[in-house]
Amino acid sequence: MTMIDRRAALAMVAAGLASPLRAAPLRYTIDPQLVAPDLWVVRGVDGPIDGANGGAIANISILRTEVGAVLVDCGPSLRYGQQLKTVAEALTGKPVIRVYLTHLHPDHIYGAAAFDRSIVAATPALARSLETLGPSFSDGMYRLLGDWMRGTEFAAPGKVLGEDHETFGDRRLDLYPLAGHSEADLAIMDTTTGMLIAGDLVFHDRAPSTPHADIGRWLASLDRLGTIGHRTVIPGHGPVDPTSSAAIDQTRDWLSWLRETLDRAVAEGLDPVEAGNLPIPERFAVLKAARYELQRSVAHFFSRIEEQTLPRVDLKR
Amino acid sequence: MSRFASYLAAVLVTLAAAPAQAALPADPLGSPMWQRLGKTLFGDAPVRFDPRVRVIFPDIAENQRQFPVAIDARGIAGVKRILLFADLNPIPLAVDYTLEAAQPYFSTRIKLDQRTPVRGAVQLADGSWLVSGGWIDAAGGGCSLPPISRVKGDWAQHLGEVRGVARWGAGGMRIRLAFRHPMDTGLIDNIPTYNLEEVALTGGEGRRFGDLRIEASVAEDPEFTMIVDASQNEEVVMAGRDTNGIDYAARLTPTAAAAPR
Repeated sequence: MTMIDRRAALAMVAAGLASPLRAAPLRYTIDPQLVAPDLWVVRGVDGPIDGANGGAIANISILRTEVGAVLVDCGPSLRYGQQLKTVAEALTGKPVIRVYLTHLHPDHIYGAAAFDRSIVAATPALARSLETLGPSFSDGMYRLLGDWMRGTEFAAPGKVLGEDHETFGDRRLDLYPLAGHSEADLAIMDTTTGMLIAGDLVFHDRAPSTPHADIGRWLASLDRLGTIGHRTVIPGHGPVDPTSSAAIDQTRDWLSWLRETLDRAVAEGLDPVEAGNLPIPERFAVLKAARYELQRSVAHFFSRIEEQTLPRVDLKR
Repeated sequence: MSRFASYLAAVLVTLAAAPAQAALPADPLGSPMWQRLGKTLFGDAPVRFDPRVRVIFPDIAENQRQFPVAIDARGIAGVKRILLFADLNPIPLAVDYTLEAAQPYFSTRIKLDQRTPVRGAVQLADGSWLVSGGWIDAAGGGCSLPPISRVKGDWAQHLGEVRGVARWGAGGMRIRLAFRHPMDTGLIDNIPTYNLEEVALTGGEGRRFGDLRIEASVAEDPEFTMIVDASQNEEVVMAGRDTNGIDYAARLTPTAAAAPR
């Protein structure tokens, strides 16, 4: 080996180390789509959180009222929250006066760091849940997203919502504190347009994710949403549902299938690898990330079902 | 020459020299631990990479404390031993399964301490090894976080509990076993290594189906799936032991597998 070879090798190493420093600053694409009068949706990417999408996988809603702009959820990072604030204020011509958090998951709420705490609102149950769990997603988000997360720290909500509705100018928003996707889920009905902003209680053409889910409570919440008289649905993930029931029914169908499938897999003595590779019915072919979410759900539920349903076989007790 | 250049030169020389010393084939996964682990696990026995050893696991390590892995070598005749290991775990080997009268299928859940290759190796009657596997990305700390039952403090109340099911079907008798055990790795302050270390399955008249040697890198509350060559109504007896000398015993009465869906 000659000295020149070593120099060349070192130059390559140095170039490899230097290149991230020359990278352009990361920017999200925030492109609000008008879905009803004075109501826009910023669509998330219908896939897993990864470095290509910067964690912007959740749908965000922007409402224009006489007195200011209202946001429902605010994205995965400080950087997203700052960009969202700029876009929402330019779009509506008003300052952001309220940011609702629908539930605890970081792709929906870590952008809150960009807003004044006093306008960030959560239900009492969610505020309690966030006291312990709020900061806990930070390590995972930084590991997955790196520089997208720069400067992001969990910001606790400054406003706890005791009321069942809030009115901004002539726009009344009805608040439905429910549960099932997580310990505390908030769905919001914009009474002016009949649009239900469902948070992650409803997924549409994107498989539901279940890290903090209680499927029984979730199904009960979907039944409740079926009774409130909305016209259309903004799901937490996936395209807007122009009907009142298609996305709700699809979410219910997946959750029922998931519960039945995992129960049966345990009863038949399958292991979690096999359960995660079971065939997914053809009717779910339209759901993005279906295999990914099935395998995650196996990790969330399988051992618990085994503990509850497999018989004791030890001889000592 | 700078110190770094000397170091780089030394590494390059070592890498260039390595193939001449080792009988191990080059690692398709490019693992930094392959040469050393290969020598430890396989000694001088011949080793080949073979995709017929199917190492199956999810695309995402949702929980680094319990990552499910299956090794399916039913496409290969004459498998007498199966190893499951993760190169970059502090305790790389998870399970060493010796088959007496069993199909070459095995699954369990392991801890992941970081992004690592996860591999299965099967040994044939002539002593040679066939190896396969893949990389899995994982959040850190699966081996160095305290077990949930240590945090809750209830591990001792459930020690000895075994749940399970035996399903007889066309492919053999499928045995699924789920233990309660903290499976302490010894990598957490003031908690010494403590793990389930042996599980043996036998049938009627003491016929041996297979033996597992288990390391603390297997997940807390360990679970195992094996497929043994039992007859349709044969009871299967499990005898196990942990590193404190506590014995575990269970008896499984088979049920017929449901008709294919």
